[in-house]
Amino acid sequence: MQCDDCKERESVVQLVQAVDGTLKELHLCEQCAAKRGVESTVAASPPLGEMLQKVQAQLVMGGGSAAANARDAVRCTFCSATFADFRATGRLGCAQCYGAFESSLRDLLRRVHGSGRHIGQKYEPPRPDALQKAVTLGELRDRLRRAIEGEQFELAADIRDRIRVLE
Amino acid sequence: MSLDLALLPDGGVSWMDASGDHADIVLSTRIRLARNVEGYAFTGRARDGERLRVLSQVRDAAREVESLSHSVLLRVDELPPTDRLLLHERHLVSKELAGLDAQHPVRSGAAVFLGPDVGVMVNEEDHLRLQALRSGFGLPAAFAAVRQLDRELGSKVPYAFHDEFGYLTACPTNVGTGMRASVLIHLPGLVLTKEMSKVLASLQQMGLTYRGLYGEGSDVVGNFFQISNQTTLGKTEDELLDDLVRVVKTVIAREEDARRLLLRDAGYIIEDKVWRAYGTLRYARSLTFDEAMNYLSGVRLAVGLKLISGLSVYTLNKLLIFSQLAHLAHAEGRALTESESNLARARYVRQTLANEAATHD
Repeated sequence: MQCDDCKERESVVQLVQAVDGTLKELHLCEQCAAKRGVESTVAASPPLGEMLQKVQAQLVMGGGSAAANARDAVRCTFCSATFADFRATGRLGCAQCYGAFESSLRDLLRRVHGSGRHIGQKYEPPRPDALQKAVTLGELRDRLRRAIEGEQFELAADIRDRIRVLE
Repeated sequence: MSLDLALLPDGGVSWMDASGDHADIVLSTRIRLARNVEGYAFTGRARDGERLRVLSQVRDAAREVESLSHSVLLRVDELPPTDRLLLHERHLVSKELAGLDAQHPVRSGAAVFLGPDVGVMVNEEDHLRLQALRSGFGLPAAFAAVRQLDRELGSKVPYAFHDEFGYLTACPTNVGTGMRASVLIHLPGLVLTKEMSKVLASLQQMGLTYRGLYGEGSDVVGNFFQISNQTTLGKTEDELLDDLVRVVKTVIAREEDARRLLLRDAGYIIEDKVWRAYGTLRYARSLTFDEAMNYLSGVRLAVGLKLISGLSVYTLNKLLIFSQLAHLAHAEGRALTESESNLARARYVRQTLANEAATHD
């Protein structure tokens, strides 16, 4: 199939993009995909990492609009990662990111897995008294450092108070 | 510190002893479960101190985990690059954990528990990658072992779990069950009869995918394909495994059909091809890795078709693993240049085949 952008080369990347609530399909050659910032090295060996490619493509395509910019700025209060960080790396910063970016992720998961709901094994965490206290001073200090780096001063003050109590 | 392979349970290579089902076609079965420890940033975003705390928390818990009672813990971050490559060549750690990628150097806190039945990579892309590796086609046994380990470890270490999304992972492609089940399968018949592209297309329709010999991002060499589930969310572990079992059974049957067809319609061509491969391996003085893989693929096919007798699948598996760069260097006791490793490889293959022939003559 011909590339939808240059209309010359053979397309190797398929992008699915949500535009005004409808899904639009784009077929791009490697060069034009690269121009749109889509990593196409995986496209050379089709099924390999195809799903990652889909994730990456959808993340990259989502940029630009005011709504997308606002979404990009959403920040996880635990690890200070933003949605833009996730778009850049394809990796979430911590478990709490799933809550922070919930609505964007729900949509993404449905497309990647064909479903957004876990129906496999359930997990019962160990009872608190059986647990070594998970949040130690060291972890709080890590969070404090990240909060300061992320200029989240209210959060930083909050964490500092908790550290003082423990100390 | 250098790695003493004798310390590993079974040398870490019991998975290649060819004792499992369909061992001439399916080299090994692997299942891994991705888990993260609650309360820490994921590995990629965690600081050195956090990763070390994850490791120490898991190490403390592991002392009370029955599934890991006969395991050894290797601090991958303290091993020299050659030893890390050695572990990777034995399929015991991923490329990422071994820090073999120039872009991803080894992380502090990178470690692996290696037991006879199961293992755990610590501070890989996710804090924990629980895994079970088995000889041949053995998904149910591998799953039972890794699930048991999961239950035991999860009762000591709190996992990051979400009611809607399941087990939370750094990459959303692993979320939900966190399970990747894969079989490493040798399909020369389907490649030679040009049926492979059809098979690969049908895999995708079934929600499965394939990779090369060393997992994600690796090339297909020697007609070895790793077939695995692609999605991890929205199906139960049993459903994902059932799909994989069903498809792999079909692929095995089609491979066997292809081999019969080849023998019937092109018997002498195949026979000539595989004996040439055997002859080269038996007598060549220099072999590149890719060459060795391709000829070994031919000989493996010949053993499956009973064209060559007196050569065990176990020996072929051993040749596959021990003719890799780090294994050759380990055997020689020093680093090897590329041409030196080609000579060492040819020597090793030659001697192994000569010994095997001598015991059967």
